[in-house]
Amino acid sequence: MAFLPTSPDDLHELLSTVGIRDAEELFARIPEHVRFRGRLRVDGPMDELALRRMFRAGASAVVFLGGGVYRHYIPAALDALSSRQEFLTAYTPYQPEISQGTLQAIFEFQSMMARLTGMDAANASMYDGATALAEAALMALRAKPLRRIVVTRSTTPSYRAVLRTYLRNTPGVEIVEAPFDPATGRTDLDALERLLDSEAAFFIQQPNYFGVVEDLPAVSAIAAGSGFWGVVVTEAVSLGLLEPPGSSGCDVVAGEAQSFGNPASAGGALLGFFCVKKEHVRRMPGRIVGLTRDHAGARAFCLTLSTREQHIRRDKATSNICTNQGLCALRAAMYLSCLGPGGLREVALQCACGARALMQALQGKGLRPVFSGAVFHEFVVRMDPGTRARLAEAGIVAGIPLDPHYPELENALLMNVTEMNTHEDILCLTRHL
Amino acid sequence: MPDPTPVTSCPMVREPLLSELSGPGRNGLTVPRPFAAGRCADIPAALNPPALPEISEVETVRHYTRLSRLNTGIDQGMYPLGSCTMKYNPRIGEEIASRIADIHPADEAALQPVLAWLLDLKATLEDLCGMDDSCLWPAAGAHGELTGMLVIREALRRRGDDRHKVLIPDTAHGTNSASCTIAGFTSVNVPSGPDGFLKAADLERHLDGDVAALMITNPNTLGIFEQEIDRIASLLHANGSFLYMDGANMNAIMGIARPGDMGVDCMHLNLHKTFGTPHGGGGPGSGPVLVKRGLAPYLPDPRIVRNAPGGIGLVARSPESIGMVHSCLGNVAVLLKAFVYCLSLGPDGLREASIRACLNANYLKERLKKVFDLPYPTPTLHEFVLSDRVQKVAGVTTVDMAKALMEYGFHPPTVYFPLVVPGAIMIEPTESEPVGELARFADAMGDIASRAETSPDLLHAAPRGTPVERIDEVWAARNLVLTWNDLNPSR
Repeated sequence: MAFLPTSPDDLHELLSTVGIRDAEELFARIPEHVRFRGRLRVDGPMDELALRRMFRAGASAVVFLGGGVYRHYIPAALDALSSRQEFLTAYTPYQPEISQGTLQAIFEFQSMMARLTGMDAANASMYDGATALAEAALMALRAKPLRRIVVTRSTTPSYRAVLRTYLRNTPGVEIVEAPFDPATGRTDLDALERLLDSEAAFFIQQPNYFGVVEDLPAVSAIAAGSGFWGVVVTEAVSLGLLEPPGSSGCDVVAGEAQSFGNPASAGGALLGFFCVKKEHVRRMPGRIVGLTRDHAGARAFCLTLSTREQHIRRDKATSNICTNQGLCALRAAMYLSCLGPGGLREVALQCACGARALMQALQGKGLRPVFSGAVFHEFVVRMDPGTRARLAEAGIVAGIPLDPHYPELENALLMNVTEMNTHEDILCLTRHL
Repeated sequence: MPDPTPVTSCPMVREPLLSELSGPGRNGLTVPRPFAAGRCADIPAALNPPALPEISEVETVRHYTRLSRLNTGIDQGMYPLGSCTMKYNPRIGEEIASRIADIHPADEAALQPVLAWLLDLKATLEDLCGMDDSCLWPAAGAHGELTGMLVIREALRRRGDDRHKVLIPDTAHGTNSASCTIAGFTSVNVPSGPDGFLKAADLERHLDGDVAALMITNPNTLGIFEQEIDRIASLLHANGSFLYMDGANMNAIMGIARPGDMGVDCMHLNLHKTFGTPHGGGGPGSGPVLVKRGLAPYLPDPRIVRNAPGGIGLVARSPESIGMVHSCLGNVAVLLKAFVYCLSLGPDGLREASIRACLNANYLKERLKKVFDLPYPTPTLHEFVLSDRVQKVAGVTTVDMAKALMEYGFHPPTVYFPLVVPGAIMIEPTESEPVGELARFADAMGDIASRAETSPDLLHAAPRGTPVERIDEVWAARNLVLTWNDLNPSR
């Protein structure tokens, strides 16, 4: 049987050591009326070739899809390195003496994320950007007595949804959405100012869901009046081009780093990240790797600040997180190491230039961006459902429809370009308009 | 030091940090440049490129290759972490999962086959657990617990009930109580009985109108089946409370007993444990939540439905749902690997896997109880817990023996957990281990036990021959160096 290494002779040896005739005897303590005497309904057993033939899938020919999950080129070295069994099949590094590889790599991940975001410290990862935002809100509530969580309406809809789920049993705290300016697509700063005070925590996404770059210096002047504030980043590649969000003085930068070396993979596994100012380090959720030394004085690494964590603090823990997205964080570190500062900036620039090339091509067909604010690599246009369907028939997925989440943006489509797109993609799209 | 000689060991090398390998102009990777650069003047770009190290591709490859050699994975040998189910990770799963790599979650046509597989996986897991409905999106076991407790909370709210206590046996994982807190509950510790399982009569004393649920792990972390589970379920239900099961130890009972038949209302599975998906040094995992019919309306959004316009589709919002728990569809690639695992084994193979996992554990227990203290003689299934009571007389503790095991090429078992056993050594070999490896482990443990009597100082100094010697974890917490920027702020 697949994956079971025990031969009939071996079984005999095991049984005789245990002192039983039949392995069924091991289950004698399970009351008969809760024993399962039927047969499981799963298909199989299937051999590898049958499995290879069964699982066939592939992306549409031309896609302009982003909205929180991005298609970026992944250097070939990454798959080779991250599939090494020492990384792939190891457990959470509870035994540091034989887990230095994972621990040092995560320390390096934390270091690079802190640098990129302009913050003091980072944790080892979160499930995804949405849960990172939700945990940032929970952390804010631990830091300050707050009555309100203000989040921009231009934050990715699924992030706001997860935030609501995580906070649904936190009494006395309301979630309020700060509106966007319908002309620029940026957050309406006058409206924001009215929502913020010392009893509010505030989160803003940069670039926002519409791809528009928020004016963080102006935002920070207002946000300074709140009890706690943070920046959410859903496209980590933007960190290669924009000012580090931490330079705005925020308390936390949290979000999604799938773009760093992790494939879109139908939406998972993603990679949440979480970076803070020094004063919040002990309030952070999740695993944290710290530098230390061994008994001989040599440099080494281990999980640290575990007194925050569930296995020690139990119900008083800063979070319930245990297994996180370790291998995805490792891949992110490998990606940054491969690309370096120049490479990451070049990828970000290529995305931005590609988006502008698409924008220009669409304008030639009479389609203009809905918002005037400068964007990174995504933008919103209006496209009627008939055109969208015609494109889909030609294998072109033009973007993500926004009206389910923004009724005021009827027929709006969020379009994205990365370095994975080409001029031919753009020509192909415009030919069908 | 050890004899038998180690078959696996990590090389004693020091690997510099990336920041120490960095040098200006060393990075040479060419990134794709499909578009002409330089017409993005409207973006408020940073003046300088990001502050990252500059490393050549070959140095990057060598860095991570060398780092990997400082790690231990299950492909090197037995990894008997109790309650973590470190079984073999079939590589066919990696191959199949790679096939969805290029699919964007909003590419609806491309998502069709993926959703079809997820529906089949969902049905497989529901059948295996005897539950009625499920949600695949939680990204890890603790995420599943939180989701399950939010679902229970919602069910109570809908019936106008604000009971807030959740009972948790003292053998439970720490995540249980942490998850309860986020879900708005207060956790109450319940002692398990002297035989290592919860007695219905003991539970009854804790039941009142404020008890929302009991969270139980079955078999529990002592490896003991909760044999009064159905009476416990009846008592809870009569009290208007729910029974939640932590499915971390499901590897003991696949096809043998189903939580749904025991009266469990809500549970989660750990696909990275029971279903052979790699743990990746700390994830990604997957923690689907399964429920009985009455709780189904409250499961997270979105729902997969078979008859959407255009084929299988996702319903974004259901009226009574607790809402979303993940920005997309959870760790889809992990879900796919788990499905491949189920299909590889088939119905009889899954059942046989559990039987052999229990047999392997009992073989080790039989051999090791001769030299180690076995605090609970109650029969166990897939794992068992020893203590250091005997060796402590000579001043040798669990941590010494765990570190010494590394010198024999084994990853240590789970230690100092469950909390009900002082100096606990919790061993779960899984069905993946051939009898020779089990014997080698038992020999190594026996060897360590005799060294505890003859040369305890050697055990205090363990591990030696590993990349680093015993780690000073207190130093890390005191000095808090969490990034290389703390190390050398100028760089």
